[in-house]
Amino acid sequence: MANATTQTKRREAFGSRNVFILSAIGSAVGLGNIWRFPYVAYEGGGGAFLIPYLCALLTAGIPLLFFDYAIGHRFRGSAPLAFRRMSRAAEPLGWWQVLICVVIATYYAVIIAWAAMYTWFSAQITWGKGNEQNYFFTEFLQMGDLKKGVSLEFVPQVGIPLIGVWLVVIIIMALGVKRGIGAANMILMPLLTLMFATLVVQALFLPGAVDGLNAFFTPNWEALADPGVWASAYGHIFFSLSVAFGIMVTYSSYLKRKTDLTGSGLVVGFANSGFEILAGIGVFAALGFMAQAQGTDVSGVAASGIGLAFVAFPTIVSNATGGSIIGVLFFGALVFAGVTSLISVLEVVVAALQDKLGWGRVRTTLVVAIPVALISIAFFSTTTALQVLDATDAFINAFGIMAVALVAVIVVAWLLRKLPALRDHINRRSSFRLGWVWMLLVGALAPIVLGYLFVSEVRAKISEPYEGYPLWFLAIFGWGMVIALIVFAILLTLLPWSRRSHAKLDPEYDEFLVTERYEPDAETGTIALHDDAAKGARS
Amino acid sequence: MTLTAIIMMIVAMVTVWGGLALAIVNLARHPEAAEDEPTPPVEL
Repeated sequence: MANATTQTKRREAFGSRNVFILSAIGSAVGLGNIWRFPYVAYEGGGGAFLIPYLCALLTAGIPLLFFDYAIGHRFRGSAPLAFRRMSRAAEPLGWWQVLICVVIATYYAVIIAWAAMYTWFSAQITWGKGNEQNYFFTEFLQMGDLKKGVSLEFVPQVGIPLIGVWLVVIIIMALGVKRGIGAANMILMPLLTLMFATLVVQALFLPGAVDGLNAFFTPNWEALADPGVWASAYGHIFFSLSVAFGIMVTYSSYLKRKTDLTGSGLVVGFANSGFEILAGIGVFAALGFMAQAQGTDVSGVAASGIGLAFVAFPTIVSNATGGSIIGVLFFGALVFAGVTSLISVLEVVVAALQDKLGWGRVRTTLVVAIPVALISIAFFSTTTALQVLDATDAFINAFGIMAVALVAVIVVAWLLRKLPALRDHINRRSSFRLGWVWMLLVGALAPIVLGYLFVSEVRAKISEPYEGYPLWFLAIFGWGMVIALIVFAILLTLLPWSRRSHAKLDPEYDEFLVTERYEPDAETGTIALHDDAAKGARS
Repeated sequence: MTLTAIIMMIVAMVTVWGGLALAIVNLARHPEAAEDEPTPPVEL
């Protein structure tokens, strides 16, 4: 037994619970916290949005976070392996999540590359005052028309930084969980918090900042009667916490056995929301300044996403005193928040293939990340990148992330009926104990809410072509892509696991099952388990 | 800022950041258990 353990490489692990927590926060805090939440909250009733938002956090976000932690920690594997160990039939769910992560990684990287360039541009206001919109779309992205098809024309000012982003990320991934991902988060997360806090303080001193905050926090109580506002709160929390698409399953599989899962999860959930409130204050203080500078209302300048980051913020940078500092802090924060999320997305893919092939870290990272990087560079450093990104993002969110989450909770809660076992696994080691309320939230509320959101997305995307894009384009980058992911997930499940893969050979997992007094695994349990130990496990 | 906006801002900060503080306090009260790994599988 001892020999078997020493001969096989131990599963990688985070250095400590705190490193895991920072990495999980690093994953959850991404571009969406900074550029999406402020606008969603503003649109959804301002101060009144706090009520649906907190409800969504407590009844869906955190319970689903616990659900992911429980799966990853109990079955100690990447998404496909964890689901396979739960039930052979559930394995495609894991591969579906892996493929979703492949797609997200390809376009997430290019936004980081834009933000990195804009950090540099901010220092010298390269875009020229008054030319912000035109600069971004025409001069920087060199946005072309889809009428001629998807372009292959390379835009160097996007492509070269994109290659740089991939190099940095590949190095982090190749260094492994402890020295790469853990270390990157230990450095970047405190730095991100410090930079963002400085940005917020600076934004608060801009003239008009108070008007922005007033617009952001003034409650519109009538919004609470609108089911759409509640749906948007649940949808936002769901995307913001990066639950149910493999990341948290993968990260929690690197946790030591005796880790307080719920205690850690509560910190991650509230830290993510804490960052969103901070972002809301910073963004709306800055928008208040912009409104005053342009002589309009805050409602006239409020925006989200790419428009907020790459048009509104450059405008603020051009006009504010000390604008360059605001710009460097804002875009630098986007880069750091993006990188920590991107590595978590890629880790889902790397971990899955490591488990499947039984390969070492560096080899798997290179084999996984280089093709993903090439796809990313091929599609997103060209003149039609923005349209491809927009369509891919919209479809993968609705019919990738949301769909897999819906299927996963139904399969685990209702078909496999694993919630009681997962609850017990969590309660054996955690400070915040879960009971029937958690099972009800994950097993009943989550499928209802996700189902509602999913159906409304299907309706919206079918009723008219998304953003008026040509049908051939949506057929490939929208519908075709999301359907292909499911087909490929099934095909990947059909590929046999080799004898060296972690599904077949994992003495550490066998040992874990013995000490936890769980049933031996059907596949790994075939290797030399000591008789007494095996009996102990079965009893 | 209007009074209601100020109140909602304070409520938001207290609930979310207060929740974070409570979560951190709870975690600090349950320090990480020393991992007696690898847990010997019986014969050791």
